[in-house]
Amino acid sequence: MDINDIIKPENKVYGKSSVLTDNIMHYCPGCSHGVVHKLVAEVIEELDIQDKTIGVSPVGCSVFAYNYLDIDWQEAAHGRAPALATAIKRLNPDKYVFTYQGDGDLASIGTAETMHACNRGENIVIIFINNAIYGMTGGQMAPTTLLGQVTATTPYGRKAELNGYPLKITELLAQLEGTCYVTRQSVQNPAAVRKTRAAIKKAFQNSMMKKGTSFVEVVSTCNSGWKIPPVEANKWMEENMFPFYPLGDMKDR
Amino acid sequence: MAVKGTIVVDTEKCKGCGVCVVNCPFGVIALSHEVNSKGYNFLHMVSPDKCTGCTSCATVCPDSVITVYRVKI
Repeated sequence: MDINDIIKPENKVYGKSSVLTDNIMHYCPGCSHGVVHKLVAEVIEELDIQDKTIGVSPVGCSVFAYNYLDIDWQEAAHGRAPALATAIKRLNPDKYVFTYQGDGDLASIGTAETMHACNRGENIVIIFINNAIYGMTGGQMAPTTLLGQVTATTPYGRKAELNGYPLKITELLAQLEGTCYVTRQSVQNPAAVRKTRAAIKKAFQNSMMKKGTSFVEVVSTCNSGWKIPPVEANKWMEENMFPFYPLGDMKDR
Repeated sequence: MAVKGTIVVDTEKCKGCGVCVVNCPFGVIALSHEVNSKGYNFLHMVSPDKCTGCTSCATVCPDSVITVYRVKI
């Protein structure tokens, strides 16, 4: 059978989501942000909530998320996305509200807002991209940077006595009464991508059931910050990040 | 029941990260020696006969440049 006979609209099994815009993403080649953007778009398309979803974009590489997903967006000050999402959700209880934050935004400057939004049990979705580094500003140490990991500000590796320990913020949030669904996923292979997609879908559905805050961490790569090519970065993540940040659901009620 | 698949790549948007290449279970795809206008070695099919349209490549693609087609034969 000729290839041109297969390429017909009725034979299409997978393609770009209609919620994604045609803009070329500014992310580096192989960046996990692109995959997670795609998954959020697919979930919004599947649940048919494009005109009922409001996203809150953070400060970090994903600050331009509003250029790529064709939904309503608000831009929050650095780390304040959960506080802004709280206000949006309380004023518009019939909308699906989510924040999309990196580890520098959520786990560092925004720790207080994240903790308190989750503790209040706001009916929002928080998507947390954990790549263990400050990507946008040039690969400095983040709170989630692993011990021994070399970054621009820890050229000899992160040392516990000088820099403290990596922050497992997802485990902390799982202990709070306000959260209903806390999970950690990744997007390095098709199986992991499908699990993350299911987790994001569940989180969006939870937000309408008034069960509390849903928190989805995605362990990600930062090829430019780690200075490792994309395919090797995925391997590095599996070998070094997964032992410290184990995947799976921490809480589901 | 046999299936046959193929992909269409938006070569101008492809950044040549190669994550799809290692995730293809049948070795159908590879990065081209040619480059697009941004200078990236974009994705192309090297053995199109082996493609089953499993969508693995498109699932992991960060830039959503791959469209997958599949037919039952």
